[in-house]
Amino acid sequence: MMDKPWNNKAWFFILPVLALVLFSSVLPVMTVVNYSLQDSMGVNNFFWNGDAWFRDLLDPSTEIGARFADALLRTFAFSFAALAVEIPLGIAVALCLPRRGWAVGISLVVTALPMLIPWNVVGTMWQIFARQDIGLFGAALTGIGLPYNVTQDSVSAWVTIVVIDVWHWTPLVILLSYAGLRAIPDAYYQAARIDGASRWAVFVNIELPKLRKVLVIAVLLRFMQTFMIYTEPVVVTGGGPGSATTFLSIDLVKIAIGQVDVGSAAAMSLVYYIIILTACWIFFTIMTQLERRGDS
Amino acid sequence: MLAWMAWTWETAAFFGLIAAALMILTLLAIYRPETPRRGILRFPTTRGDRFFVTLLGSAFIYIIWMRFGGGDLWYPLAISIAFGIAMFRFA
Repeated sequence: MMDKPWNNKAWFFILPVLALVLFSSVLPVMTVVNYSLQDSMGVNNFFWNGDAWFRDLLDPSTEIGARFADALLRTFAFSFAALAVEIPLGIAVALCLPRRGWAVGISLVVTALPMLIPWNVVGTMWQIFARQDIGLFGAALTGIGLPYNVTQDSVSAWVTIVVIDVWHWTPLVILLSYAGLRAIPDAYYQAARIDGASRWAVFVNIELPKLRKVLVIAVLLRFMQTFMIYTEPVVVTGGGPGSATTFLSIDLVKIAIGQVDVGSAAAMSLVYYIIILTACWIFFTIMTQLERRGDS
Repeated sequence: MLAWMAWTWETAAFFGLIAAALMILTLLAIYRPETPRRGILRFPTTRGDRFFVTLLGSAFIYIIWMRFGGGDLWYPLAISIAFGIAMFRFA
């Protein structure tokens, strides 16, 4: 199976990164594991608490368990909604972008602009944009008679958060898809033209299969970022109305920093972490398998 | 530093075991190199992959056990060990 011998000396080159990751990630995760099994009184006064935090968290009949189950469901729903819009939209826009000429540079730069704006600025922009009195978006929707109110109506709040994410991050999908499309050799299109294939057949049989690798990367990146969304809902809706847009990360911060409930928060972040780790591993496995199949 | 990280002997033992397992896997990789093989997971896995799947799967076994009101934690441990053996044998 192995084509070339591995030179394990290469590992020495990543040692500095490993050392950095040790301090920035591994030690904090270990601390979180330690916290998740103990109860704290005052500063640095810990008592062994066994698996009680995890049992509370995973039991939906307790207060924290119900909160966690709801927030988890909400976060999955949000990731799904955002992906369901961003991926098809991104591909569609990428197909429409010019392929040659002076317009390529301009359209790519304009497309990429939203990605350059920091999360909290995006949140603030949209918070004003969505206001009914002075915001163009909110005032326009109210003007045509739609019941739109970000602070009081949960549907409005949800739609707004999803639209923000679509506005902010569809460009990433567009750019990835565009790069993938440009990498398809012209010969494929010529062959399709000779066969008299329809535009749809070209898309389904040539473009989509060739885009598979970049789409896996796009889905992975978008899933990770939507699954840990924090800033936009905090700035625009504050997690409300009620707890309609309180996603996992927001709830986690509320418990850990708002209530200083370190044990509960640690247990919650570990379950959160396990889910993210699983998603990463699945995507990584799919990606490496695609690459291996592409080689042979 | 140890006080700041709130260590207990139980968590230290847990991470110690994982560190020891990684060390053993490294030594095995050096002295008994292997080629990935394809098993019930339908893609080629190495010892490291199977170890990772075992750990991740065990975490989910514990989570599901507690989610559905399971009692004593020795049962999920037994299930996890059985799962790990199955992974190393068939994956």
